[in-house]
Amino acid sequence: MCAATMRAAMGARFLVAALLLAGAGAPSYAVQPDEILPDAKLEARARDLSHELRCMVCQNQSIDESDAPLAHDLRVLVRERLKAGDSDSQVVDFLVARYGEFVLLKPRFEWTTAPLWLAPGALLLVGAAALWAALRRRRGSGGGPDAAVPLSDHERARLAELTGANRP
Amino acid sequence: MIPELGHFALVLALAIALVQSVVPLYGARTRDTVLMRVAEPTALAQFVLVAVSFAALVSCYVTSDFSVATVFENSHSTMPLIYKFTSVWGNHEGSMLLWVLILAVFGALVAAFGANIPATLKATVLSVQSWIAAAFYVFILATSNPFLRLSPAPFEGRDLNPILQDFGLAVHPPMLYLGYVGFSISFSFAIAALIEGRIDAAWARWVRPWTLIAWICLTLGIAMGSYWAYYTLGWGGWWYWDPVENASFMPWLAGTALLHSALVMEKREALKIWTILLSILTFSLSLMGTFLVRSGVLTSVHAFATDPMRGIFILVILVLFIGGGLALYAWRAPLLKQGGLFAPISREGALVLNNLFLTTACATVFVGTLYPLALEALTGAKISVGAPFFNATFGPLFVPLLVAVPFGPLLAWKRGDIKGVTQRLAAAFVLALVGIAAVCVVEGRPVIAAFGIGLAAFVIVGAITDIVERTGLWRAPFPTTLRRAIGLPRSAWGAAFAHIGLGVTLLGVVGETQWGAEQIVSLRQGDKVSLRHYDFTFDGTSTRNGPNYRELAVKFTVRRNGEPIGIMQPSKRTFPARGMSTTEAALMTRGFSQIYASLGEVTPDGAVAVRLYHKPLVLLIWFGCVVMAVGGALSLSDRRLRVGAPKPARSRAAIQPAE
Repeated sequence: MCAATMRAAMGARFLVAALLLAGAGAPSYAVQPDEILPDAKLEARARDLSHELRCMVCQNQSIDESDAPLAHDLRVLVRERLKAGDSDSQVVDFLVARYGEFVLLKPRFEWTTAPLWLAPGALLLVGAAALWAALRRRRGSGGGPDAAVPLSDHERARLAELTGANRP
Repeated sequence: MIPELGHFALVLALAIALVQSVVPLYGARTRDTVLMRVAEPTALAQFVLVAVSFAALVSCYVTSDFSVATVFENSHSTMPLIYKFTSVWGNHEGSMLLWVLILAVFGALVAAFGANIPATLKATVLSVQSWIAAAFYVFILATSNPFLRLSPAPFEGRDLNPILQDFGLAVHPPMLYLGYVGFSISFSFAIAALIEGRIDAAWARWVRPWTLIAWICLTLGIAMGSYWAYYTLGWGGWWYWDPVENASFMPWLAGTALLHSALVMEKREALKIWTILLSILTFSLSLMGTFLVRSGVLTSVHAFATDPMRGIFILVILVLFIGGGLALYAWRAPLLKQGGLFAPISREGALVLNNLFLTTACATVFVGTLYPLALEALTGAKISVGAPFFNATFGPLFVPLLVAVPFGPLLAWKRGDIKGVTQRLAAAFVLALVGIAAVCVVEGRPVIAAFGIGLAAFVIVGAITDIVERTGLWRAPFPTTLRRAIGLPRSAWGAAFAHIGLGVTLLGVVGETQWGAEQIVSLRQGDKVSLRHYDFTFDGTSTRNGPNYRELAVKFTVRRNGEPIGIMQPSKRTFPARGMSTTEAALMTRGFSQIYASLGEVTPDGAVAVRLYHKPLVLLIWFGCVVMAVGGALSLSDRRLRVGAPKPARSRAAIQPAE
């Protein structure tokens, strides 16, 4: 097995993933004790960033969760950049410049990803609009059994006759 | 001999399925009772044959017959018996056979217990079921035959992937498949209704038990998978928004929507066309879940290239059933009559809102899962869509749904009184606010945790409010309340339990994600480390040999306020057959919370990387799912839904009003 597939296989972590893809699995060790920065604030930022960065040789795994050597390298890299004084967005930009958009687990809003980001809201709006339209149409047609159609004069007379309202 | 027998039985099942696909349907069209009744013996025969085939494969695995290719690939003679058994479906070929076995079981159940379904509808449903079965038999026989032989037979097998050598494999895939395949029944009913061009409230009543069974199994299957991932993968994550998980979550969301819309259809004859569409979509998502995951296409478009035959087969089946189902829908649905009207503020209105949010949430997961694939296929650009995206989009869609949950059951059918319902929910509002305030005072930040707990409290207390209202607790004398509680339809209890379960799961999610703590340290013998209120002492390491692995265990003594409360022994196992290792986390349960310990790298100088987690309320995540499933089971036991039950013996007046 070539190194890349081996690592990819080791990255398969959800069991169904392992089961269904028949990918070999191995435990995730993720962040190692020797990687942790002494500065708790910086380390917290590093952890937050790590959750949003993909381990590129794994299947849908963040570098925070992955035990692949590449993920280790990226975790160290993120921490080095932070120690050098980079802001969070600078770190992300640096990684994107190096590895492409693929490294981001949460894609940026761009024209290629606009449909992705807009889909949930658009679908909700379209659904709500369709419901609204259906409601209007039904009310407009008013032909349903429950619709309040006023009684005709003849019906009213007949009703009065039946209820005995006209009786002397 | 035995593998050939299994193979032969499967071929026979295909032949019978082809008969069942055509003859009863033709009988239903021509009103020919004899032809229609062909469906029952053929459905039972299919079940028997597939069961024989499956038993044959099981026997190959249990006896470690490595002349069968799939046994050689996925089993080992030293594996414990239970894993020899479960490895039958721990691979593609065997799991497909399990899939058709469950399909055959459901078909046989409809044939055997569907006595109250009109003859033409039943015949059509069983024919449609058989289309699915036939397609799958052909798929298995042509591209995924589990009975293929190897010559010469290898001496030893390659072992099952160690990560799958777990009790989870015995439960998780069968439950998931029961869910997926169970939705095939609602699909078949929907297609049958479209073919017949007729649908009414009774239809919803016949479909409901099957949908409920599927939903219960899928709920438990997903929960089991989540817990399995949690304890096996070594860092205590329980949901990853992995494409494979999403593939099982989408049918669950659609199936939940279907359960709710079918309720409206059954009680009020409204939302018929929508319910039909949801039935088709739910099973389509199940098919996609089965297939896209199986084909590996979710990992990469190129997976198709490794086995083009299988890939093309899968595409054809998906297009035939999903495309065919939707085309039939587009053609025939306009013929179906629309039913009862209702005001926007009503039980129906609330259920429509539920459907709007559930289907949008489902569509969001769908888009998120398949978008990278589509983008890569169209433009070649590679992007990732992972957990942060889903948390950012799915969450905001689910929160309003949760807020609306308690209102639904309290609203009246046709025209509800939102003011009255809000007043009746006053207790729930107050308790939710108390919960928020209490959490803010006790825990401080994060504020989002307080709101999460408040929302969960609102959902739970809201569900209880419905039962309190219906039984007149505190207003009527206690014996009356008790009598009412017993007389309350089981489906009312079911709804309450399912909604309570939802709230309970939310409590667990909030607790685990907002208040969890971790320690990642490198330890040697005698070292001490503390996490929250707990102190851990590294007592030492030990090694032992399992049946097919070697194990290195580390012993920790756990103390709280100096008092020892237990011992934890996380370990690492090495499986020589595959040269792989797994980590076995140690769990200590404290109420609904857990302490989680797992091992990382062991350095040559004897230091062990240890990961310790405190997971507050984490067990509630799965406990809530079990409560939901119990709700489903209660609803299933409702008299009016009992499969094949005769007409209610009690007088109509004794039956509670609709809920």
